[in-house]
Amino acid sequence: MEFLTDPIKVVYDWLLELFLGWGWADWVAVLVIYLLGIVLFISAVMVLDILLVWVERKVVARFQDRLGPNRVGPFGLFQPFPDIIKLILKEDITPEGADRVVFNLAPILSLGSVLFLWAVVPLASRIYGVDLNVALLYIVAAGAIGTLSIIMAGWASNNKYALLGAYRMVANMISYEIPMVVALLIPTVLVGSMSFVAITEAQANYWFVLVSPLGALIFLVAAIAELGRSPFDLNEGESEIVSGYHIEYSGMKFGLFYAGELLHAFTFGGFIAALFFGGWHGPWAEQYPLLGAFYFVVKAMLGYWVIMWVKYTVPRIRIDHMLAFNWKFLTPLAFILLMVTAVTHRVLLDAPTWLYISGMFLSNVLLAWITVEGLRMQARRKREADVSAEPAAAD
Amino acid sequence: MTAEQIIFFLTAALILISALMVVTTRNLVHAALWLIAVLFGAAVLFATLDASFLAVVQIVVYIGAIAILFIFAVMLTRRNLLDKVSQTNAGWPWAAGISVAAFAGLVFLVGQMHNAGAQKGEVSGDPLMALSTALVSPDAYVLAFEVASIMLLAALVGAVYIANRK
Amino acid sequence: MENPWIYLGLFLVVGTIIPIAAIVMAAILAPRKPNPIKLSTYECGMETVGDSWVQFKAQYYVFALAFLIFDVETVFLFPWALSLNMMPLFVAVEGIIFILILLAGLYYIWQKGMLDWV
Repeated sequence: MEFLTDPIKVVYDWLLELFLGWGWADWVAVLVIYLLGIVLFISAVMVLDILLVWVERKVVARFQDRLGPNRVGPFGLFQPFPDIIKLILKEDITPEGADRVVFNLAPILSLGSVLFLWAVVPLASRIYGVDLNVALLYIVAAGAIGTLSIIMAGWASNNKYALLGAYRMVANMISYEIPMVVALLIPTVLVGSMSFVAITEAQANYWFVLVSPLGALIFLVAAIAELGRSPFDLNEGESEIVSGYHIEYSGMKFGLFYAGELLHAFTFGGFIAALFFGGWHGPWAEQYPLLGAFYFVVKAMLGYWVIMWVKYTVPRIRIDHMLAFNWKFLTPLAFILLMVTAVTHRVLLDAPTWLYISGMFLSNVLLAWITVEGLRMQARRKREADVSAEPAAAD
Repeated sequence: MTAEQIIFFLTAALILISALMVVTTRNLVHAALWLIAVLFGAAVLFATLDASFLAVVQIVVYIGAIAILFIFAVMLTRRNLLDKVSQTNAGWPWAAGISVAAFAGLVFLVGQMHNAGAQKGEVSGDPLMALSTALVSPDAYVLAFEVASIMLLAALVGAVYIANRK
Repeated sequence: MENPWIYLGLFLVVGTIIPIAAIVMAAILAPRKPNPIKLSTYECGMETVGDSWVQFKAQYYVFALAFLIFDVETVFLFPWALSLNMMPLFVAVEGIIFILILLAGLYYIWQKGMLDWV
């Protein structure tokens, strides 16, 4: 029964006893257990990643009114395995004039920066890699490594399209990082902690999406932009720059970029779940962590599904629109929301829970209403200016 | 030698070698990438000293923003910086002599100190919370906190002014 | 677990080794038959002119500068957000003054037209 309530600790104690019985030193045993756990954890994430290839292909097919993979195994479930074997067996081309070291380093850092994120994600009440007290900033730091890998890939390819794609992507990522970090500040304000574990645990009674729906929305938009997914996929722009920063990559190196992109999207689904939708919380999740891990994966899949839904529905936007949307709308809105959230939270801190939740929710609704009204007023003024300017142009 | 010392010496070696590569490599993008290795090494040093906040901030600000800015700036230059001109000028023996003298002086001064060797500062409670309360409490650093904002504003205005002039 | 960075350091090492292993495996198993056409830079069938070190718009640089300033700002805001629950209300006002000063900077560069993609 102990195993069901705290599986990690049971396995840890059992292994520790076993290793100490073999006469190993204390720190060697702990280190080896850490290493085993990490290898197992990352392998599990990679297996999930392989499954995501199937999920992505199946979902895009349904969105486009197709069947998707359905030949290999039930519902085409084993389709990713031939895909991977093909990727491994494909010839790997390093183009002439490429900077070999940087060229090879880029895909490694690209997938690595996504894998690093999983070290701090709480999967269930007592299942997580590590409870880091600066976990939210750690996520941003891992994202910085990802940005770096893209600019390395674009530069090392010695291809103008790749460089253009990398530049667009990096401009995109660094711009939308500001609203994303501000959206991360909102759970920090609410909980008073940057630890992912603490933020998830604080949502035992109510999800933060109730307290800060606008924050969740801003995080979702910024996350999609950070992922470089449609409508923010102008780094790929097939019709103009062919495929962006990974145009010269083939075989397994391309596979690493692809795997990194899919896993990144799923990871952000998990972040949305953990930060705003209660993470692993659900019926009986507190007592049975494995059930909590199941809830977490389901919620992360739902978040991932929303990201895919946006990707396959909305067309690509232009780079000037994209940057203007971020700097002239999303960034100011995120900062104003942060100020409103901080004051409302501080004033209502000692109020009863129902008053706190409704006050926070109403402040968000009010801000959203003011924003929409402001946009409408601005659009009307522009329209009227256009109408009054038109006869003058006709004369 | 403890594990912490081994990690320190490995990181220090990484930092020194990378720093040397920054100033000797001819390719500007490579220099920027080596600089990132130096900054990453500094983050590792912060991490070994339990300064988690500084370690992640080092990566977020220096690698995530400043290094990217450097690479963007390098791409604004012309390629002729790669030309085979000498990387040193006539004054290099003087510079080398002064550097060695300054380094020897520093080693001497550090050796004179009573508490030779780095020691972790002791903070009661969670160091992160101590940092955050000190930064905003009026009897500590709140003025510095607000002045930092004005300094960032000045940097923004200055950057715009320079960018507008050309 | 006194220092979480022991675990994180191991995690970073393993997380880097696994992609390296994938590349090494592919390098061993994949065929290798290079020829000059295959190795040439891909530009949709056009002949490549010059190398890729082209001068870029300064605009990217301006956005990177603005990003740097706001990135540093958010780093300052994290300690403020952490201390909010334990400190009196005027601490929230301190953070608001901090944000407003920088939003004024954003408004300034907006009016100067630096946020327009030209």
